[in-house]
Amino acid sequence: MKILKIPKKDLDLFASVLPAFGKLYAPVKRGSGYAFDQPASWSDVTLAYPRTILPPRKFFLPPREALFAFDAGAGYRDLLSEASERQVLFGVHAYDIHGLNILDRVFAQGRYSDPYYMTRRKNTAIIGIDFDPDAQHFARSMAADFADTGFDLFLSDIGDDYLVRVGTSRGDDMVVMSGCLLSEPTPDDIAEFKRRSSERVAAYRTGVELGDLPEILEMEYHSEVWKELGDRCLSCGSCSMVCPTCYCFDVADEVDLGARAGRRVRTWDSCLFRTHALVAGGENFRKNRSSRIMFRFYHKQRGFVAEYGRPSCVGCGRCIGACPAGIDIVSVIRMIRGQSDAH
Amino acid sequence: MLTEAVRSRSAPPLENPYQPYLARISRIHRMVPDNHLFQVRFLDARLVETWTHRPGQFVELSVIGTGEAPISISSSPTRPGILEFCVRRAGRVTNALYALPTNGLVGIRGPYGNGFPVEQMEGQDLLIVAGGLGMAPLRSLLWYALDNRDRFGTITLMYGAKTPGEMLFRDELVSLADLDSLNTLLTVDRDPTGTWAHHVGLLPELFKKVTLDPRRTYAAVVGPPVVYKFVLRELLAQRFPKDRILMSLERRMKCGVGKCGHCSVGYKYTCIHGPVFTYWDAINLPELV
Repeated sequence: MKILKIPKKDLDLFASVLPAFGKLYAPVKRGSGYAFDQPASWSDVTLAYPRTILPPRKFFLPPREALFAFDAGAGYRDLLSEASERQVLFGVHAYDIHGLNILDRVFAQGRYSDPYYMTRRKNTAIIGIDFDPDAQHFARSMAADFADTGFDLFLSDIGDDYLVRVGTSRGDDMVVMSGCLLSEPTPDDIAEFKRRSSERVAAYRTGVELGDLPEILEMEYHSEVWKELGDRCLSCGSCSMVCPTCYCFDVADEVDLGARAGRRVRTWDSCLFRTHALVAGGENFRKNRSSRIMFRFYHKQRGFVAEYGRPSCVGCGRCIGACPAGIDIVSVIRMIRGQSDAH
Repeated sequence: MLTEAVRSRSAPPLENPYQPYLARISRIHRMVPDNHLFQVRFLDARLVETWTHRPGQFVELSVIGTGEAPISISSSPTRPGILEFCVRRAGRVTNALYALPTNGLVGIRGPYGNGFPVEQMEGQDLLIVAGGLGMAPLRSLLWYALDNRDRFGTITLMYGAKTPGEMLFRDELVSLADLDSLNTLLTVDRDPTGTWAHHVGLLPELFKKVTLDPRRTYAAVVGPPVVYKFVLRELLAQRFPKDRILMSLERRMKCGVGKCGHCSVGYKYTCIHGPVFTYWDAINLPELV
């Protein structure tokens, strides 16, 4: 991998070439949190942020997206061209890059690929940046604290400079277009990268043990913990909405006035919603809240492991902050493990 | 930027798995109240020619302006050209379908799901057990086996409905009862007509009337939960291997391609890992039955 460095003071100059690669989105302050948005100017961008409210998933699977336009006589015309805008996401944390790599396994790999997701993925450049973990991050436990793939460029703080890893040909195009802003790192720069890297590993205050978790979940299928969580869960779906790896969607046909034409629209859905497993005729395979919250945990920590070889959780900690009932995935895993002393 | 240009020129257009193709309803057969058989044919002649499916697979059927629903295919791939769907009038989309006239247009995409493992089943005896509406997906397998009769050992059909009036494909199945190549056992729970010439009694009682060889038989079972409960008990008592008992599940298969999450059972998706599961799968997927 090509490894370069850029002085921090030149980052705004570097950012000024990025619009050539697509509409620029970066973390900006929103309310009491941060959001990936178009900065009015580079000074609005906050690169030292804990996490954004929504993960970058929204750029690839928008909360609401028209798949087809339909017409009573002509049938269904796909709206793929609406997904083709080029975008640059600046300042994406490693766990969110892992989140996208996990979505790739579902939407891009396997027997069927999702052309809307794939088009956006292809047309969106990712520039990663490192971060200091806070008490809610447990990305290290989920093997998502460091990204070695899934970015065009990745920036690591080494003091007055960022070390820049170049991940793709497009990333290299950005380097080339920025002229002579980037240069070769010195052995001292590499030493500083390594020093900060182990410091960051040591900085994680929150963690869970993953090893035998899928098997323990199998054993605890009838645990009282699920009933207890079902009593607390409000089925609001907030945890799914802020999750970088949740991808359930619903599809509905919206008819224009005149009722001859309309659009087939997909929207985010959540397995916590009562109607998620409801079929025609009224049968609901997950009627009560405990069965739904239990399903969410089993799908992420058991099912996904069996199907894709890793949990569909990256330890970003967003769901911990988003849950109005105070359900905390880290303490749930500890409860299931019988480590009741925690929390 | 050159590499991007080369890439976009050489890459084939992405196939869109959500694209419905228009098909015309050529015939509506009012088989049973609220269970009509719809025969459809794609408008695109190329699709009519190239379409094929496996028994036990399903499609996503669109009623333009209303939405999409998963529907199992009742016709056999050995009878190409026309697709047949036995549709229960149950929800928004199927109600809208019932409002469409003959010659009306629908959208179809698929086929989806694993279907029955017919290659494995060939060379073996076949036991088809249907309860109620379970005949809809099993009819595809039945005709596949009858049209490839020399590839199977003995074929036994057991079908139970509440009354003769609620039996799907009744006239067709009654006429099959004369075939020597098929052991047809039809039963109804009760016969208010007094004219039913076949068995009266519960479906599991039919097991008393046949001798099966569990070591060389595949059992395909589809029906409501009560059918699974009692039929599985019979099959296990006869020492059928758990991976030779095949069952087909109904879930909310919204996208059909393993993306939308609605049809999950345990950690499998009904739409791509199923809808056909073995009884061994069922034991290992706690949510399955």
